[in-house]
Amino acid sequence: MTIKNSMLTLAAATLTATVANSSASARDQINIVGSSTVFPFATTVAERFGKNTEFKTPVVESTGSGGGLKLFCAGTGTNTPDITNASRRIKTSEVELCAKNGVKDIVEVKVGYDGIVLSNSRKSDVLEIDVKDIFLALAKDVPVDGKMVPNPYKMWSDVNSALPKVKIEVLGPPPTSGTRDAFVELAMEGGCKTIDMIKAMKNTDKKAYKAYCHTIREDGMFVEAGENDNLIVQKLEANPVAFGIFGYSFLDQNSDKVQGAKVGGNAPTFENISSGDYPVSRSLYFYVKKAHVGVVPGIAEFLAEFTSEDAFGEDGYLAEKGLIPMPEGEMEKVVDAVKNLTPLSM
Amino acid sequence: MTDPDSIIATGRSPRHKAELRFRAYGIAAIIVSLGFLVVMVGAIVSRGTGAFQQTFVQIEINVPANKVDPQGTRDPNVIKKARFSSILKKAMRQRFPEAKSRQDKKSLYKLVSSTAEYTVRDAVVADPSLVGETSTFSIRASSDVDMFMKGNIDPTLEQSRRRIDDKQLAWIEQLRAAGQIEKQFNTQFFTGGDSREPEQAGIWGALAGSSLTLLVCFLLSFPLGVLAAVYLEEFASKGRINRLIEVNINNLAAVPSIVFGLLGLAIFLNFFQLPRSTPLVGGMVLALMTLPTIIIASRASLRAVPPSIREAAFGLGASKVQTTFHHVVPLAMPGMLTGTILGMAQALGETAPLLMIGMVAFIVDIPGGVTEAATALPVQIFLWADSPERGFLEKTSAAILVLLIFLVIMNLIAIILRRRLEVRW
Repeated sequence: MTIKNSMLTLAAATLTATVANSSASARDQINIVGSSTVFPFATTVAERFGKNTEFKTPVVESTGSGGGLKLFCAGTGTNTPDITNASRRIKTSEVELCAKNGVKDIVEVKVGYDGIVLSNSRKSDVLEIDVKDIFLALAKDVPVDGKMVPNPYKMWSDVNSALPKVKIEVLGPPPTSGTRDAFVELAMEGGCKTIDMIKAMKNTDKKAYKAYCHTIREDGMFVEAGENDNLIVQKLEANPVAFGIFGYSFLDQNSDKVQGAKVGGNAPTFENISSGDYPVSRSLYFYVKKAHVGVVPGIAEFLAEFTSEDAFGEDGYLAEKGLIPMPEGEMEKVVDAVKNLTPLSM
Repeated sequence: MTDPDSIIATGRSPRHKAELRFRAYGIAAIIVSLGFLVVMVGAIVSRGTGAFQQTFVQIEINVPANKVDPQGTRDPNVIKKARFSSILKKAMRQRFPEAKSRQDKKSLYKLVSSTAEYTVRDAVVADPSLVGETSTFSIRASSDVDMFMKGNIDPTLEQSRRRIDDKQLAWIEQLRAAGQIEKQFNTQFFTGGDSREPEQAGIWGALAGSSLTLLVCFLLSFPLGVLAAVYLEEFASKGRINRLIEVNINNLAAVPSIVFGLLGLAIFLNFFQLPRSTPLVGGMVLALMTLPTIIIASRASLRAVPPSIREAAFGLGASKVQTTFHHVVPLAMPGMLTGTILGMAQALGETAPLLMIGMVAFIVDIPGGVTEAATALPVQIFLWADSPERGFLEKTSAAILVLLIFLVIMNLIAIILRRRLEVRW
């Protein structure tokens, strides 16, 4: 009886105390949400920032680019995130949503590039392919004799006789993933555009063009393997004829097990992605609420740490983690924009 | 076939055989499930034990007074601001002077953890007499070196296919010959918070977060659940409303946990404006989830108390409240506690509801209270399993081991409490 009574009062006391606490005092810890692709980089910076400064280590949540921007644009105030990471640029609709909820000045910070690789087991040969072959092998509908038909290709050699005579089997991320969006946009649409018949459609029937270019086949040749890229690497090791789609950092970490396909003659190496020769690479960003700078302590210092030469520079610690740095000139512009907190203009 | 004579005529042997067969099926079922368990636990243990050890490198470092503390104040705040990365790099170059080219130096620095500068800094801050001296520091090897020392990197592969290059191999050999590289027990794993560097990452932050979350969950759900069960079972009239409530509680117990997370997001975060990513909100959401389980278990154990106990108490003139709280509830308590701990164990393994309230996050600082940002054990396992670095593979398995041990301890408590409090009649 008495034990229970004291438990009850304790619970009530904790609750009331904390409720009173949280609503009274402002947050003293930076809150970051967003893309799971930027997550490894943002967390590395956050950890160093926490160790190097007197500020608390920022909390970084992995919510996906879209989910992060939704939280970010929910409004200003300390119960909304200060920064959101994105593996794609913010959309106009999202800027409008932000503005509607009172989030006016957003600072865009580009952090670098990320390559998307098509990999297979080291036990097989390196695949040499171009984006057109990728499109023909993986699209739902492909042009045959001037007509769009459901993808008839079963073997890589059916697509292009120079490719190996093995069954098409590609493991990739599900549609909720930013990696999938980028792969579809860069590799699939890139290949799609090289086919005159579909390219002509872009001007006449934009909807059909997008549908043809962006739809991946659903007949079992492309397998949605979930968001966990480590799992794809393990599956590739077990199945040497399969290919997998994932970010460059996983290839970098698992170079003893898997190898990246050469796309358009360029291997997915650090140098090729950085120079832009490797065609399937995307920019990574994060967005900052200008209204929170100065309110939540440490944001300006965190931005300075992220955009320092030590971090996202050519030899910075983020490059160690698999981020592909930007060229000098571009980097300077980003550093300037961060210093002046230049708001985003679409 | 069915007349008694023919059954007697066939004798006992078919029935006997049927019984033997059934026993064989039963034993086979147990062996198969035990086999799965052994394979699972075996795989986790064999992968995870590596995480309990960490490779350390002994290196002589000169901490120059003019760089670290030019005024000679020995003030920790001054020492903290010094650039220890360059001091460490210099010491590395002195140890291996053959590293001349930029590329070689880069490989050299990669032998030790990128967090090593903080290890040196913290050691000097803790003992300012080290300033101006040259002393030997034991610092963490990088995860790649650690993986190599644990035999997870094959040095016979060609250089481009492994994360340790030939020069690094030679340096490691030199260190090994001099006895300056060795594996030690990894205390950091049990006392540290999360980190992006596998060699630095620890489970304590997640363990503390889980404990705080469960504490809040227990403080809310146990009293509420027990009181609700006592009222419904002992006091409420067994009418239509009571039945309706019972059906609803049973339904709630089967609701997917993510729904409670969404509820928590809408009510606790958006309406009551409670802080995101905290054990307070996590515990509240998990309390909602475990309440039905506790109510159902408590009601069942109250029902199991024989009516003769109540009748005897009434017969001696006890009131309803006295009967209930002096006689019935103490007898039902072991069952209630068991139900509660099983509910807690279920809550311990949840990630889905925590996703919605922001506890699936990278958090380095160890939470000190229920309103500080924290993560939980299963979330930590998920985050590590998703990381590209090879070193996190063993950490993931080790974290699963810790979670399993936590669960076993909770279930043990349930068994002990039941043994202690149980009354036989």
